[in-house]
Amino acid sequence: MHEMSIATSILDAANREALLHPGSRVTKVGLRIGEWAGVDPASLQFCFDALVAGTESQPPSLDIDFRLRQNRCPDCGNIFAPKDYQIECPGCGAAVTEPAGGSELELAYVELEEP
Amino acid sequence: MTRVDVQQKVLSENDRLARTLRETLRANGVYCPNFISSPGAGKTLLLERTLERLPRDTRVAVLTGDIQTDNDANRLARYGFPVRQITTGGSCHLDARMVERALLGWDLESLDYLFIENVGNLVCPSSYDLGENDKIVILSVTEGEDKPLKYPATFSRAGLVIINKIDLLPHVSFDLPLAKENVRKVHPGAEILDVSATTGAGFDDWLSWLDSKRKACAGHRMDLVSG
Repeated sequence: MHEMSIATSILDAANREALLHPGSRVTKVGLRIGEWAGVDPASLQFCFDALVAGTESQPPSLDIDFRLRQNRCPDCGNIFAPKDYQIECPGCGAAVTEPAGGSELELAYVELEEP
Repeated sequence: MTRVDVQQKVLSENDRLARTLRETLRANGVYCPNFISSPGAGKTLLLERTLERLPRDTRVAVLTGDIQTDNDANRLARYGFPVRQITTGGSCHLDARMVERALLGWDLESLDYLFIENVGNLVCPSSYDLGENDKIVILSVTEGEDKPLKYPATFSRAGLVIINKIDLLPHVSFDLPLAKENVRKVHPGAEILDVSATTGAGFDDWLSWLDSKRKACAGHRMDLVSG
C-alpha cells in the first residue's frame, strides 16, 4: 500500500548518488527486500516503473533481490529459513530461535552511465 | 557504466529524522509509544480511557494520524491534554517528517508522554520509524487470531502487544491462547497484555506498564541534568 512512497525514496536515494558523479544518470537500481519488510516486490516494481515512465528515453530499471526470512539458533548457531512459522531449530531442536534476516529494505547498488 | 555499491536503507532519510526525534525525546525524558493496529481495533478508545485514568498531574501530548477527518483529535481533546491531528491526505502511515512538523511549538521538556496514534493499518506503519520508544500493536478479539501470522513485520517489531475488547470474548470465536501463540511465533518473548477499553479490564496492568516506562525515561532525564 505504501509502495509508491518507498519507490519515491528509492529514486531519491539513487539520484543523490548520481549527484556525487557529475553528469551521470541512473540506469539501474539494485534493491534488497526481505520477506518481512512489509513491502510487496511486484507492487513496488509497478510503482517504480510508473514513476520513471516518460522521464527520459531510457528510464532506470529496478533489480530486486528478494530475501527469505532467516532465523539463528542461539544454542547451536544454525541459520535456517523457517517454514510456516516453525521456528524450532532443525539442527538441535531448540524451541526458540531468533530472527537473523529477512527484514531488509536496502539499496544495494546504483548503476550509473557516466559521460 | 559504473556500478556503485550503496548499502544503505531505502528509508535512510526517514531514519535520520527519526533518530533526531528520538534523541530529542530522550534528552527531555519523554516516553513515546507509537500505537499501531488495523482500523477499528480500538486505538482511539484505548487512548481515551488511558488519558481519563492517568494521574491528574501527568503531562501528556497526543498526535493522532488519519487519512482524513479530525474526528479522533476531537475525541481525544476532551480530556484536557494537548492533541494535534495529522491528516495524511491519502498516505497510509505516518512518517518521521510528519511527526517533526506536528511537534513544532510544543515544549517537549514539559512532557511525560507523547502518544502517537498511527493511521489504522497493519502493514505500512511498520516500515517507518517515528523516533518512538516502542511500537505498541493492538489486536482486538473481533479480528482473526492469525493476524500476527498475516502481518509478521508489524508484530515482530512490537515492544508490546495489547489484545483489546476482551469483554467480547464470550460472544466471538476468537481463540485467545492461539492468538498469543501466534504472536510468539513471529516475536518470541513478546510482552502481551489483555485489556478491554470499554470495561476497563486489564487497565491496572496496562497503566503500570506505561508508568514503568515513563519512570525509566524520566530517570534518564535526571541523569542528564545531574551528569
